[in-house]
Amino acid sequence: MKLALLSALNARIANREATVLVTEMATGATRLVTPEQVMQDPLGEVLAEAFRTGKSGLVEEGRAFLNVHLPPVKLIVTGAVHISQALAEMARLAGLDCTIIDPRTAFATPERFPNVTLLAEWPDQAFLRVKPDRFTAFVALTHDPKIDDPGLVAALRAQCFYIGALGSRKTHAKRVERLQSQGFSEAEIARIHAPIGLDIGAVSPPEIAVSILGEIIATMRAKRRAA
Amino acid sequence: MTLNDSDLLARAEEWAKAGRGVAIATVIETWGSAPRPVGSHLVIDSEGNFEGSVSGGCVEGAVVAEALEVIESGKPRNLEFGVADETAWRVGLSCGGKIAVRVEPLT
Repeated sequence: MKLALLSALNARIANREATVLVTEMATGATRLVTPEQVMQDPLGEVLAEAFRTGKSGLVEEGRAFLNVHLPPVKLIVTGAVHISQALAEMARLAGLDCTIIDPRTAFATPERFPNVTLLAEWPDQAFLRVKPDRFTAFVALTHDPKIDDPGLVAALRAQCFYIGALGSRKTHAKRVERLQSQGFSEAEIARIHAPIGLDIGAVSPPEIAVSILGEIIATMRAKRRAA
Repeated sequence: MTLNDSDLLARAEEWAKAGRGVAIATVIETWGSAPRPVGSHLVIDSEGNFEGSVSGGCVEGAVVAEALEVIESGKPRNLEFGVADETAWRVGLSCGGKIAVRVEPLT
């Protein structure tokens, strides 16, 4: 592969742009295909399918190899707290694209959160830029309804594949009441994982981060687990 | 620091821009219980430094050795590892799976 082609691929990955790297097995020729170029490409339908499923593999009886690069799953966290410091690090290792939102500037400092997108803004404002979608995991960690609730509302509306909220059962019962008064159904509210995280008896903030990340991965790979 | 597959390609670019010879190994096919999915990368430089994995550590040594020759020759190679190839490669996957790996030079 040419270095220039790799640079172009890396630039697209960094910009969260879906791309397929096609390698013709007979000649070794390589090319990048973007979703917009699919229909002009000789492998049109096969490429369209690859963008849909995200699956890399040999196609056309082994004549070409497709390596599919879809944007990584997003993780949006409200709360620049102790748990999110550990969670941000671990999420990066797991290949998730993590953003931390907290309007409290004493918490949201770059010193506490190196190597992660940090928005010292209210969720409503931050969500205009970091749009949650079905490929997003949302985690509410502030314990403060003023910050967590707008995040949960946006996450429920955007049908995030995972939604979790920190807090005791009592805290969550109050949260449920508030969301009901905002018009969310029982089924919608039941999508929120609370208490958050897998039950591994986590105590310290990094341990709680492991249990949260474990639950996100379990949800993300649910189909594979069932298979 | 552990790198995910996107980071690995960025690392390969970095190495090449620093003037090192680089090869990128990619899992292109798997059979049975393979440790790393199709599309996984191992990147190797001309000094034998490597990052990433194409198996759980079972065949990386052999892939690195092949990669050094690929960097030297500038020609890609397709490799297969698995139970059936144990005699050919003297390395196998303990999980009983089989994988095909393509090693490409960065030019």
